[in-house]
Amino acid sequence: MGIDFAMPPALALIFAGLLLPFLRAEARAALLLLAPALALWLVWLVPDGVALSLPFLGHELAVVNGSKLSRLFGTAFAIMALAGGLFSLNQKNLLELAAAYVYAGSALGVVFAGDLITLFVFWELMAIASTLVLWSNGSKARAAGLRYAIMHLLGGVILMAGIAGEAAMTGSIAFHAMDLSTIPPQFILAGFLINAAATPLSAWLPDAYPQASWSGMVFLSAFTTKTAIYVMMVGFAGAEILVWLGLAMMFYGIIYAILENDMRRILAYSIVNQVGFMVTGIGIGTEMALNGAAAHAFTHIIYKALLLMSAGSVLYMTAKSKCTDLGGLFRTMPVTTICGIVGALSISSFPFTSGFVSKSMILEGAADEHLAVVWYLLMAASAGVFLHAGIKFPWFVFFQKDSGLRPADPPWNMQAGMIIAALLCIGIGVLPAPLYAILPYATSYVPYTLNHVMSQLQLLLFSGLAFFLMLGWLKRTLTITLDTDWLWRKPGSIASLWLIDCFDSGWTWLVKALGSSVQSTVANLRRSHGPLGLFGRTWPTGTMAFWTTVMLAAFLILGMLFHADI
Amino acid sequence: MSEQNGHWLVSASTIRLLWIAFSIVLAVLVALDAFLVPHPYFGLDGTFGFSAWYGFISCVVLVVLAKVLGMLFKRPDDYYGD
Repeated sequence: MGIDFAMPPALALIFAGLLLPFLRAEARAALLLLAPALALWLVWLVPDGVALSLPFLGHELAVVNGSKLSRLFGTAFAIMALAGGLFSLNQKNLLELAAAYVYAGSALGVVFAGDLITLFVFWELMAIASTLVLWSNGSKARAAGLRYAIMHLLGGVILMAGIAGEAAMTGSIAFHAMDLSTIPPQFILAGFLINAAATPLSAWLPDAYPQASWSGMVFLSAFTTKTAIYVMMVGFAGAEILVWLGLAMMFYGIIYAILENDMRRILAYSIVNQVGFMVTGIGIGTEMALNGAAAHAFTHIIYKALLLMSAGSVLYMTAKSKCTDLGGLFRTMPVTTICGIVGALSISSFPFTSGFVSKSMILEGAADEHLAVVWYLLMAASAGVFLHAGIKFPWFVFFQKDSGLRPADPPWNMQAGMIIAALLCIGIGVLPAPLYAILPYATSYVPYTLNHVMSQLQLLLFSGLAFFLMLGWLKRTLTITLDTDWLWRKPGSIASLWLIDCFDSGWTWLVKALGSSVQSTVANLRRSHGPLGLFGRTWPTGTMAFWTTVMLAAFLILGMLFHADI
Repeated sequence: MSEQNGHWLVSASTIRLLWIAFSIVLAVLVALDAFLVPHPYFGLDGTFGFSAWYGFISCVVLVVLAKVLGMLFKRPDDYYGD
């Protein structure tokens, strides 16, 4: 101990974020690219085990604690920040850039946290920074940002309650695999699940993320849900409830995305769907399934960022995001279209893209454990991914009808960010070995067998057939679909307005009631002790002398009457 | 869908060609199943063309489910006054 030392990779991005607003444009661009590269380097300098500890309130905080899993997530986060930083070079909003880098850095802090207190600190920092990413997009993001902040602060309170309980019961704040038989770990898991956008509390994600700017949502898509996946892999691998929660998330994401009209909300629902695959993998809990969940988180971060960069480019160039307003953009945005399609194929796990080599391991994990129902549902959900994201997103945005819009491809840096992410998606898909080498468990899994490739192609292409045959039913309308956030946005807000009203009138009544009794007391006192009251007014000395004389006379008379013999 | 402004990709003949090509690919994919030795994990997944029909039916069911849910929970997109 004490010999191993590592700089926290988090600091590279957090300091960069705090410094960014004070730099000139060229220096800022350099820092936007160098800081993630430095963070990536630092990630790989972290050895296994505790590499930096600090004493705090009688506990020893493991501020930097390395493992294969934390380096895997750290790598994905740093690559994501690099691609996102490149994509955002032309973002003029300095608050957003600063907040996005602090947010990315805090996510790195979580995946290298070796104890629950460090984890909590970075967890909350993420909540604050991501709220600022939202709020930096101006007044239209204010309300959604507030709902987002409330949800995450609530999650933080639940998590803190769990951590406090765990520390009180076990005397330890170490973060390791936990058993759900006692209450504190249940609270900790609940806190994690809120950040993972688990149903039924998933509504915060499609509510908030699409309110961010064209670049803000690229960052938001990567960190919050994936740190939740990381902490659940460490803490709750094999918890059966996660299998079913994950499946619920998958189908929720698909069905809501099918009904959605806004392209970025479609992609938001598909985040929930994809995180569902990972959550189910964690619930299965075998080495194969956990490798699959970890690999899928890695590939997902990149292809989801790619999809959102593609959608962000469309939004940046057209200022539109509804499918009903878009269509036919392939004519003038070839780079954005091709990169969007690569992202869409990757999310659908098309052979020779990154999603194929990662998601297969989760299905393999289910099959190895003879979980027939889970496997069949995973297959159905895989078909549904192609339907709701794989075809729907590129079709309605870039093809469909001719919207008459003729935007060019976005500036070079935005194209470069997309191209790098697209190349990574294809590179990992064609050559999965480097990714497999950094997974938490050694694996000899072979994704490319003839049977597997054929089966996947059948599954996806026949889903495609279903899409085009049922196109009439999939036509977009100017609608949203009510989600659980309706509960707090409609009855919830009516109830809170009513409560405010009650409190308000109660307060008024109280003030009035108290006021009138105070007033009458004051009036009484004033009558007797006020300037004109009997006891309050000033008396002339003569009056006093007169009354003294009267009293002395009375005393004399009384004395003479009762003690005549004196 | 095959409307105005003559980009070759949206012309009616291209779309017909794409459908024909797509149908051939689908047919070939299923036909190739006959030459593969299935390695089913369970039972149903060893049936002929399993992934093809299962994928298709899954999607139809999902779209129908979405349709039903949409009837109940779809609202105009200014519902929350945004």
